[in-house]
Amino acid sequence: MRTTWVTMTATLALAAGMAHAQEVRVYNWSDYIDEDLLTKFEEETGLELVYDVFDSNEVLETKMLAGGSGYDVVVPTGTFLQRQISAGAFQKLDKSQLPNIDNMWDVISDRTDKYDPGGEYAINYMWGTTGIGANVGKVTEILGEDAPLDSWDLVFDPANMEKLAECGVHFLDAPAEMIPAALNYIGEDPDSHDPDVIAKAEEVFMPIRPYIQKFHSSEYIDALANGDICVAVGWSGDILQARDRAAEAENGVEIAYNAPSEGAQMWFDQMAIPVDAPNPEGAHVFLNFIMDAENMAQASNYVYYANGNKASQEFLVEDVIDDPAIYPSEEALNNLFTTTPYPQRVQRDVTRLWTKIKSGT
Amino acid sequence: MKRLAVILLPYSWLVALFLVPFVIVVKISLSDTELAIPPYTPTLDFSQGWEGLKSFFAALDFENFVFLSTDDLYWKAYLSSLKIALISTFAALLVAYPLAYGMARAPVEWRPTLMMLVILPFWSSFLIRVYSWKAILANEGLLNQFLLWIGVIDSPLTILNTPTAVYIGIVYTYLPFMVLPLYSALEKLDGSLLEAAEDLGCTRFQAFWLVTFPLSRNGIIAGCFLVFIPVMGEFVIPALLGGSQTLMIGKVLWEEFFSNRDWPVASAVAVILLALLVVPIVLFQRNEEKQREAEG
Repeated sequence: MRTTWVTMTATLALAAGMAHAQEVRVYNWSDYIDEDLLTKFEEETGLELVYDVFDSNEVLETKMLAGGSGYDVVVPTGTFLQRQISAGAFQKLDKSQLPNIDNMWDVISDRTDKYDPGGEYAINYMWGTTGIGANVGKVTEILGEDAPLDSWDLVFDPANMEKLAECGVHFLDAPAEMIPAALNYIGEDPDSHDPDVIAKAEEVFMPIRPYIQKFHSSEYIDALANGDICVAVGWSGDILQARDRAAEAENGVEIAYNAPSEGAQMWFDQMAIPVDAPNPEGAHVFLNFIMDAENMAQASNYVYYANGNKASQEFLVEDVIDDPAIYPSEEALNNLFTTTPYPQRVQRDVTRLWTKIKSGT
Repeated sequence: MKRLAVILLPYSWLVALFLVPFVIVVKISLSDTELAIPPYTPTLDFSQGWEGLKSFFAALDFENFVFLSTDDLYWKAYLSSLKIALISTFAALLVAYPLAYGMARAPVEWRPTLMMLVILPFWSSFLIRVYSWKAILANEGLLNQFLLWIGVIDSPLTILNTPTAVYIGIVYTYLPFMVLPLYSALEKLDGSLLEAAEDLGCTRFQAFWLVTFPLSRNGIIAGCFLVFIPVMGEFVIPALLGGSQTLMIGKVLWEEFFSNRDWPVASAVAVILLALLVVPIVLFQRNEEKQREAEG
């Protein structure tokens, strides 16, 4: 009897172990990869890929802090990465398993060092800016030909918002990006952690909040493309995807993205391996696959986000590498700001302020 | 022995699936946040023995419940959920009653088919059904296209992302929970009672109001509770169809849990929500018991 149990348990454990050894589970942002790459990965490596998506850092972070997520690769944004590293959520990368790491671009890794000094825990997947997407036809029809499409005035000036409300304005439901944008607009330090300074964002949002139809972090792609809304404060590549979907649908909707001239936030989505990843070896294989110059270029060509991979640039199509909305000029880069994570006490103030902005309570 | 097993089974079910999770939530609500995995402290560590247990209990306090009372956001969210739950329960009753009445009056051979039609939507995913309402209610959606086409309106109505869309979504989703108990109450109704009422000089409307309606009371009560209780804690429908102005406690709980990473406060919000729902749940149970006795 006893031996039977031992054999059975051993067989089960072996079976489970084998299943894990052949499977890599990746948790990435929605609309963030060319799905052909997923098939290509499986064909090249013989590993089975389980690919799930999320649309907010908060959801990912809760999974990471609960532990036992079962994922091998996850993609938090820099600020969130930094906090999760200090919570002990990630394991250090074994760079001997990542020969393609030489392809990475120092312009980006210098900036991501702020969150993950020396890149010990994560590699850059893509980066972008948080700015404004507009349905050019509708906005100029409402505000006139000189509508400030490349200025935060478009959404933070109540006079403009009052008129735009009828055709629909969405904001990201991401306080860690919307509050810095408002602070930057009124000339404060966007990365301020001082509760008194953060409170000033309220004055920017309160007059415009009745005109904001929705705070959401992924719906605006389709809503912009279909012409359901005319302005969205969102992430660069997402808005460019909306632009392309509208162009493909030939529905007469023309979308433009701008990182506003007053300054916009620059962010970095980093791929990291959870400390309790079932298959860290497979995770390294995936990271190395992603850092391959041609693969990375294929992903960027598809999702219209810039990446942190220098070697991939020769494989990028002109639409991507030459578009200043995706790869800003040196000068424009200097106009972008980055932020750092809020401490717990301040985080509570920020969320409370955000709830007040969203619900009026 | 057999009797014991019969009693034990449902109770062990209750302990495993309700009591144990509830005790865990209460425990977290008495803890403090910490940047770690899991993100709260203290956690139970049996290796420390008795001393560890003592310091564990010493670290628990009611701070989070005190905090909830200092910010008016929380009671406003509870009240707003209550309002939404009450209005949508009433709206669902108004829609469901004629439906159930019609079903109960239909020829006997039709009834299984009609019943089937009410249940049929459950065969597709709840999320897909709520998402399709987005396509119907959007500015460029089916409803607006249709209304523009027949010329009732000349610019699209903004329905999606407003409280109206939330009510539509809730009433649609919970309608079967209202229809089924109403139908079972109305179906049992003895038709000769109505004939007697009319013989005694009631108009058809009076007969309905004095005979049918009171006799369907139990169905109404059961349906209302079945809709009201889950709607109080509803999160998905307002998140998908509502805009920023729809304040509900489910959303506040989400924010605490996800945006603030404050599991203790989120748990405190959940404990209070449950405490508030215990009242209607107990009333519902008593109504069911009374009904069983009356029939027994």
